[in-house]
Amino acid sequence: MSTPRLVPNPTKRRRNLTGGRRAGFGSYAFLALCLVIGFLPFYWSFLIGSGDSGTLRDPNRSWIPGANFLENVGEVINNPTVNFWAALRNSIIVSVTVAASVVFFSTLAGFAFAKLKFRGRGWLLTAVVATTAVPTQLGVVPLFIIMSELGWTGTIGAVIIPNLVTAFGVFWMTQYLGQVLPDELIESAQVDGANSFRTFWHIVLPSARPAAAMLGLFTFIATWTDFFWPSIVLDARNPTLPVSLRLLQANYFVDYSIVLAGALIATIPLLLLFVLAGKQLVSGIMQGAVKG
Amino acid sequence: MTTLRPSHRESPENHQASPPQPTRALSSRFARWDKKYSAYVYILPFFVLFALVGAIPLAYTAWVSLNDWSLIGGQGDFIGFDNYVAVLGERNFWIALRNTLSIFIIQVIPQLVIGLAIAAALDRNLRNGTLWRMGVLLPFIVMPVAVALIFNSLYGDQYGLINTTLQSLGLPTVGWHSDVLPSHIAIATMVDYRWTGYAALILLAGMQAIPRDYYEAATLDGAGSLRQFFSITIPQLRGTLIFVIVTATIGGLQIFDEPRLFDDQGLGGPDGQWLTLTLYLYKLGWNDLDFGRASAVAWLLFCLIAIIALINLFITTRIASSARRKRKGE
Repeated sequence: MSTPRLVPNPTKRRRNLTGGRRAGFGSYAFLALCLVIGFLPFYWSFLIGSGDSGTLRDPNRSWIPGANFLENVGEVINNPTVNFWAALRNSIIVSVTVAASVVFFSTLAGFAFAKLKFRGRGWLLTAVVATTAVPTQLGVVPLFIIMSELGWTGTIGAVIIPNLVTAFGVFWMTQYLGQVLPDELIESAQVDGANSFRTFWHIVLPSARPAAAMLGLFTFIATWTDFFWPSIVLDARNPTLPVSLRLLQANYFVDYSIVLAGALIATIPLLLLFVLAGKQLVSGIMQGAVKG
Repeated sequence: MTTLRPSHRESPENHQASPPQPTRALSSRFARWDKKYSAYVYILPFFVLFALVGAIPLAYTAWVSLNDWSLIGGQGDFIGFDNYVAVLGERNFWIALRNTLSIFIIQVIPQLVIGLAIAAALDRNLRNGTLWRMGVLLPFIVMPVAVALIFNSLYGDQYGLINTTLQSLGLPTVGWHSDVLPSHIAIATMVDYRWTGYAALILLAGMQAIPRDYYEAATLDGAGSLRQFFSITIPQLRGTLIFVIVTATIGGLQIFDEPRLFDDQGLGGPDGQWLTLTLYLYKLGWNDLDFGRASAVAWLLFCLIAIIALINLFITTRIASSARRKRKGE
């Protein structure tokens, strides 16, 4: 009791200076268990992916990884039917383009909705929110017909175009800009003679950076992991990573070592991005939920 | 227009006291145009794109569904509601409907319960809070395809980790790929693996908006953690919970990736054990080449989503208003 910081009494434990309740051993143990469960599939895929073709079937396999990981990775990236390098390149192009475009157009529209006065603003914004209720997935049949009429099936344009701007992005940026950007800043820029696009470029875009980072990351991840539409509109000759992984499964269904090595390496780029920028994403998700 | 006029009358006179010179006139005309219309230009890309890839395809889907339409032959005869009749008469449609609802329910309940538990733990004052939050979100960045491949091997009927573990414990193994309910449980775990952390973070954000003095007052009144959780956290979290449930419903009813990848054929199992509605739609369109029937399924699915969303809304507003009445009565 003489050292209350080390041996807190039960009532003090629930309160501290910031008003939050301090976590007990139970919270840490529970969260640690969740992390272990979250991490286990990664380890399992590394375990099998680093063994030879018989590892999955071996009932006495150990929990220590084998030595074949690089060999299995080589098998994946050099396999002509899977087209790994093309898939990686396509995934990067598609995800970067879509993320950049969603951020740009959403910020632009968000600026208009949050800071410009125009007729019909209220119901147009309502219309944006209402469109989120329309599941675009259900339009796949005609969208596919349109794409094949245009001759775009099999090209990554067919994956990029439908995703260039999202209702979520517009709503998100409207909320954010409405809250952080003072009207006076916009007005003073206009008094100085800046037209609205210059105002957008020099004032709005820089101040949108935190929300734009989250929106960009989120869009990047969603695009990178997207499977349904790309699997319909792309084929083996020009896939994205998820499509190519699917081909790997269909071609190698007996050899899980290679399939899981492929699954793991296709995830690595996103893992790296997450380690570098995950903080932004986490705080962004939390911020959005409070306001939304 | 009416709201714009006053500011428009003012601004040219205010900013340009001197008589306008030709270039000035041009730039002030541009400024007026800019102020009046540029907002529409800025929001235009969204609406154009939505029309092209959202609204028009959905309406077009309705048209395709009323025709005999194949992937190869294109548009055939107008046949009215025959596609709907045919689809509704097919056993696979009802199997897919059952599977979709079953997987959704098996998936959504643990996602909410575990998500709430994780959020409650994260809501405590943790050391390295951001790191814990990132750790919880980690599964979210794994591709569904990769998740499916990994879980597919974990759930292998003969050599999967789960069955070999059961075997070594002397328990009977489970036919994850041959029986209906086990396959639904397996697919539900894949969905939950990816989404529980995300749901937890959204719920956590809602929790952090709850005023801390509620908890302090409750502590002074002698309420324990569990009591506080059910009497303060859950009621205060209603709005966020509704958001999470509605999002999970819309996503869950369209489930495709996980069932498609649950075996290497990708057609929902030899006997449709894990055939879902979106997978059925895909199968009709791109395997049987019947776009008319695929579109009919799309519209039926759309109606199902709308109905369930309305039921959701009805129930949650009832709960919300009854809770408000109760609070007022106290």
